[in-house]
Amino acid sequence: MSIKRTTQWQVWVAGSLVGAMALAGCGGSSDASSTGADTVNLVGFSILEQANKQVIADFGRTAAGKGVGFTTSYGASGDQSRAVEGGLDADVVHFSLEPDVQRLVDSKQVRPDWDATADKGIVTQSVVVLVVRKGNPKHITSWDDLVKPGVKVITPNPASSGSAKWNVLAAYGHVIADGGTPAQATAYLKRFFGNVAALPGSGRDATTAFESGNGDVLLSYENEAILARQNGAEFDYVVPDQDLLVQNPAAVTTDAGPAAKRFLSFLTGTKAQTDYAREGFRPLRSGIKVGVKGANDPGNPFPVPSKLLTIDKDFGGWDKADSKFFDDSTGIVTKIQAETGKQ
Amino acid sequence: MTTALVPRIPAPGSAPGPGAVGRPARRRRAARPGALGAASGLGLGVALLWFSLLVLVPLAMVVATAGSEGWSGFAGTLTSSQTLSAVELTVAQAVMVTLLNVVVGTAIAWVLVRDRFWGRRVLDVVIDIPFALPTIVAGLVLLALYGPDGPLGVDVANTRAAVFLALAFVTLPFVVRTVQPVLEELDADVEEAAASLGAGRLTVFRRIVLPALVPAITAGAALSFARGISEYGSLVLLSGNLPNRTEVASVRVLTFIENGDTTSAAAVATLLLLVALAVIVLLDVLQRRVARRG
Repeated sequence: MSIKRTTQWQVWVAGSLVGAMALAGCGGSSDASSTGADTVNLVGFSILEQANKQVIADFGRTAAGKGVGFTTSYGASGDQSRAVEGGLDADVVHFSLEPDVQRLVDSKQVRPDWDATADKGIVTQSVVVLVVRKGNPKHITSWDDLVKPGVKVITPNPASSGSAKWNVLAAYGHVIADGGTPAQATAYLKRFFGNVAALPGSGRDATTAFESGNGDVLLSYENEAILARQNGAEFDYVVPDQDLLVQNPAAVTTDAGPAAKRFLSFLTGTKAQTDYAREGFRPLRSGIKVGVKGANDPGNPFPVPSKLLTIDKDFGGWDKADSKFFDDSTGIVTKIQAETGKQ
Repeated sequence: MTTALVPRIPAPGSAPGPGAVGRPARRRRAARPGALGAASGLGLGVALLWFSLLVLVPLAMVVATAGSEGWSGFAGTLTSSQTLSAVELTVAQAVMVTLLNVVVGTAIAWVLVRDRFWGRRVLDVVIDIPFALPTIVAGLVLLALYGPDGPLGVDVANTRAAVFLALAFVTLPFVVRTVQPVLEELDADVEEAAASLGAGRLTVFRRIVLPALVPAITAGAALSFARGISEYGSLVLLSGNLPNRTEVASVRVLTFIENGDTTSAAAVATLLLLVALAVIVLLDVLQRRVARRG
């Protein structure tokens, strides 16, 4: 009798789980009242979800966006890019890093000249920050503090999370920014990975691990730290003096309609950039003044680091950086990671 | 129950064991060989089609992808020390967890079937929770309980113990659920008869109960092991994914996929498939040995 009971229970649970997943799958769809004519399928990386609600609502209030319906899908940037490559309907894609767009250029779903815009295809940007425990008990103020003995660092794994590559490049780049040689930068990275206490698979997992008490420092982006603090997270963050500009590209796919193109150009405009800034993204252009709740100083939310590297200027673009640092067998970071942990 | 259909003839000299306990495998196969009714023919067809679509074809694709760069590509992936270390860790932890489950799972099943105590029904249902919980939720719960801020004062985060703990959590129900129904069907008369003939409790368990349970235990062990070597969600938050230390095979697979290297991902998956196959065969052989001795 108890077996029968259990079976029914299992069926019930399985049923509700399937239902929950189906609901989750549809989550976020049809934000605006779709009048049928124009629907934009927006595929983006996870952190955009909250900010985009406001952006989409504001787009709907413009002449260009009137009556445009949206279907949205958010997830890890690499997963989203592979999903579009595999057939997920997308008109506008917005990813954490350029190689995820490049994948769609290679599969001929995005035109090769997608980045020939005033902003080189970039729509949102941020910087890498050092997230620390409330009150900064370990006095972390710079990159050099991360490699001190006894400091436990958490960063998403650059091997499995494309967006974590920004963190590692920032760590490497700070040595170069200070006039160091590539050999010195590599040596720093070795010590850095020696202090890494966990390499969660994604940025979200890393934040969860950190919030559960893991580690002393979490490498994250300024916008993620600000958003988490807006949502009540109890931690501080430090913008290091030498930093890397995190640039998130967006593009329309080859089968996108005019509404999608209008939306993409709306994204780089003042209104959308202000919305993004409120959620912690650094505006593409100066002149957008907005108070940002959750920032260290809400009145001056985006302090400019004394040296700000960019992927194009200082690393020769993603193509070069990817093969130099993250190649499966010869990448600098790949090799360091394979060496760490060995006795 | 000792019917004429049972093909297995007891070895000369061995005591004719009680039929209900012997449970010879595949008893039905000997019935009317070759004659397949229309209904069973249809059933077989549906089963094979379903099995092919869901299991055979996907598995064949994994193996084909793994071999798409030839033997050297396959071997090259698997001999990388980081991958090898991840596979070793995964298999070792899965083996240990399976051994634990064989003992603890059988004990839990025994308690659930043979003992009457308050809350038994509740426990019976709760056993299945690890099945029902999305694994990432399990991971979150484990991290909250056994992480640095855990209320129990036990911190296994970012260690190999975290992998073991997560696997133990998600594979707990397998042995319990395979052993439980068999134990329920087991006739207590036989045990009483053995006891009345002077067998001690240990002898009764070893000679009467255990042989009857062995097929169920090995089936549960196989499930538990197979689930263990493929687990990802529940351990990924707690283990820290540190290369050569706490990184498991499924994380390696994810890394390869993230970098667009599906061949290497499939190579690791194929290795895991082979390991699982070997263990399942081994368990089957073991089970036949033990059953024969009973």
